[in-house]
Amino acid sequence: MTKKIAFEVNGKKVELEVQPGETLLEVLRYRLHYTGVKKGCAVGECGACTVLIDGTPTNSCIYLAVWADGKEIRTIEGVAKDGELSKVQKSFVEEGAIQCGFCTPGFVLTATAMVESGKKYSREEIKRELSGHLCRCTGYQKIIKAVEKSLQD
Amino acid sequence: MTKKVVGQREIRVDAVAKVTGKAKYTDDFFEREMLVGKILRSPYAHARVKNIDVSKARALPGVEAVLTYKDVPQNRFATAGHPYALDPKKRDPEDRTILTDKARFVGDEIAAVAAVDELTAEQALKLIDVEYEVLEPVLTPEAALTEGAPRIHDDCENNIVSSKGYEIGDIEETFKKADYVFEDEFETSIVQHCQLENHISYSYIDGDGRIVIVSSTQIPHICRRIVGQALGIPWGRVRVIKPYVGGGFGSKQDICLEALNAAMTIAVDGRPVKLELSREECMIATRTRHAFKYIFKTAVSKEGKLLGTQVTAISNTGAYASHGHAISMSAGAKFRPLYSFEAIKFSPVTVYTNLPVAGAMRAYGVPQIKFALESHVENIARKLNMNPIEFRRKNFRGAGYVDPITGNKVLSCGIEECVKRGKELINWEEKKVRYKDQKGFMRRGLGMACFSYASGTYPAGQEIAGARIVLNQDGSVQLQIGATEIGQGSDTVFAQMTAEALGIPLDMVHVISTQDTDISPFDTGAYASRQTYITGMAVKKAALEVKEKVLDFVLGMTGIPKEALDIADANIIYKDSREVIMPLSEAAMQSYYDTAFASPITSDTSNNARVNAMSFGVTFAEVEVDIKTGKVEVLEIFNVHDSGKIINPQLAEGQVHGGVSMGIGYALSERLLFNEKTGEPLNNNLLDYKLPTIMDTPQIGVDFVETFEPTGPFGCKSLGEPPTITPAPAIRNAVLDATGVAFNRIPINPQYAFEKFKEAGLI
Repeated sequence: MTKKIAFEVNGKKVELEVQPGETLLEVLRYRLHYTGVKKGCAVGECGACTVLIDGTPTNSCIYLAVWADGKEIRTIEGVAKDGELSKVQKSFVEEGAIQCGFCTPGFVLTATAMVESGKKYSREEIKRELSGHLCRCTGYQKIIKAVEKSLQD
Repeated sequence: MTKKVVGQREIRVDAVAKVTGKAKYTDDFFEREMLVGKILRSPYAHARVKNIDVSKARALPGVEAVLTYKDVPQNRFATAGHPYALDPKKRDPEDRTILTDKARFVGDEIAAVAAVDELTAEQALKLIDVEYEVLEPVLTPEAALTEGAPRIHDDCENNIVSSKGYEIGDIEETFKKADYVFEDEFETSIVQHCQLENHISYSYIDGDGRIVIVSSTQIPHICRRIVGQALGIPWGRVRVIKPYVGGGFGSKQDICLEALNAAMTIAVDGRPVKLELSREECMIATRTRHAFKYIFKTAVSKEGKLLGTQVTAISNTGAYASHGHAISMSAGAKFRPLYSFEAIKFSPVTVYTNLPVAGAMRAYGVPQIKFALESHVENIARKLNMNPIEFRRKNFRGAGYVDPITGNKVLSCGIEECVKRGKELINWEEKKVRYKDQKGFMRRGLGMACFSYASGTYPAGQEIAGARIVLNQDGSVQLQIGATEIGQGSDTVFAQMTAEALGIPLDMVHVISTQDTDISPFDTGAYASRQTYITGMAVKKAALEVKEKVLDFVLGMTGIPKEALDIADANIIYKDSREVIMPLSEAAMQSYYDTAFASPITSDTSNNARVNAMSFGVTFAEVEVDIKTGKVEVLEIFNVHDSGKIINPQLAEGQVHGGVSMGIGYALSERLLFNEKTGEPLNNNLLDYKLPTIMDTPQIGVDFVETFEPTGPFGCKSLGEPPTITPAPAIRNAVLDATGVAFNRIPINPQYAFEKFKEAGLI
């Protein structure tokens, strides 16, 4: 038994048949080849698979593909526009917030949602917003700086 | 003057690829009709397979192969990522086979399935009937060492992997002449690397009948050799490709998947098979950090001189040897350059138990011994009523020390300056006064701890590295190395070194980040904080050779003597006047297309380093302890490092941040737990295993004391692992300072702290 769903990925319309048990992570990675969506734990603990669903950062590994019907999905592949890095991406690059890079897409997407919200965040609030993402390389130091820089006007 | 590249905060060469999702890791490649591999793991810590029936699993539609130890070669092999030793006596213990008929820990590999998809593979695992003879599990080193204890490996009598130690000087003599003798016991816990990318590989047989393995590994060339050994085939029939790696920290300096993965593709006539571990598997079935027990007995003079120390160690290596024996030796060696003991007796014993396999993890045995030694030194200073910082300073060896066992000489040593700066950064003197007579349940304290470390493994291991540079028509170059980028930034520092040595801008160096054993120069890989120092030597050598060849070619073109020439900003110039003679690209074009003299310029070099530079550093920490809840909060923490010349300060800070964060987890929260009766893992996931989150991590201060190391390329020394060594003892010493309670075990989590505070009568 499959279900037909239709959604947008990075502004592109997609229609496909999915299994009821398939996760959005599996569909994005293995069927649509958006490999920037990383799998670190597959159970919603690490945040590496984060994508934006209608603008909200979500762990795609515990989000069923059928729920994505009618939604707008944004992955890391959709963040840069016309070959130009976004403000968040530039900040991550300039601040040296990237090491192995496996957690990077998730952090960048959550930070993107924060920037797009137009809200102001204190350092503590930034940390709280990012607390669903684990990183073992950076001790989070330069990630916090990069996100602060992204949030500056 | 040409723009400096070495020493600059250059943006890492892979930053854009990683921030856009374009960087490809092992799971990001697709092969047609790739099968999914899964492993059947033992539910028992110690058991023998009496019978195994795979017929039902084989009959399941979609299952292409089911393997047990009967179906795969049973050549014994060692998994540790060390250079091969021609001398058989120096090789690692060969205690493993591909799949086993004897389970030695909960999670040991009994059978494997290759099926069309994950679900089918999982179903097939459930259809394998195994009849086990359950044996008594041996779950602690003490139990393993008890006379008559069950043998974990049939041919290993006392469950002892190794007990090789050493004695320098006359330890008994120092005890006799000592004014004081102090003794302390310490214990560390089993922790796990938790790199964000789990272990993964895929394998297929190519058109030439060779086995290709794409793997998330730190050691592609070593991987090829070990897979060859395990399968009993010529090593040249194996090709290993390493794409981007999502962190390793030592867990991928070991062969955890690749030999089995190769056996799986052989079983399905070369069809691609992917073998990917879940997080839960990765945390118990790859490698962990060794738990150690240490007893330090130390002779001290009344003037506060450390005279001699007798170190007894028990290391728990788990079910298989992996790096166990070498990690004890590394611990015993790397602390020696710091304090001027006249005599040291080091007696380690590395023991098998029925727990997950311990292996290499960031700083290779040194965080354990330094937790013990720096806690011990702190205890001694306090008992002698001496200032702990001055006590340490009084005993530093400093530059000029020649290690009597390794022969390595300390040629640069900035430890004094590191301590001075750390003390200032944390505002030690002022805070010490402020925190003098604290009452109440919230108390603050200061602590510090020092370390010495090495840059590579010489002379214990061979230190060979290769680099290849090809000059393009436009004057840019490709740089190929066998050393592996795993997040630490090695590709970037090699590019900087090449640019600096050749006299071209950084963006004219194209680093080939992927290692492919068919193509990449030979290098043993990412471990021992060796690459910037060891591989850097090869990179510099290759770049200088290209430069020589370019200048030779220009001499042919112009008649200007080589001695008068130089390259700067991608131009050939007069060395003295800096006047531009021609763009480098012009010489490069001629080198390709001159009808008479064309000879494209390349360099392909190896460097066998027979030196090892000692790096040094210190952690200063300030904590606040909530005595009623046992919660320890790190308020401030500074790491100051002497890693020689810093090639890229931004990347170097990143290494320190990550290492300190890992050290804070080691000190306060991380510990893999097991059922004490059965050996079953209790918290092998990222929710129950307390890896520091962004909320748990304080601001981390970093500073460098840039000595110049004469043996290192551009003066550099090791940095990758050292930051993780001293946070734990510095935090422990700060807790002691705050509360007067001397912890001798980590992690100091709230429960343990609360119990100790209660015992001490603070609550």
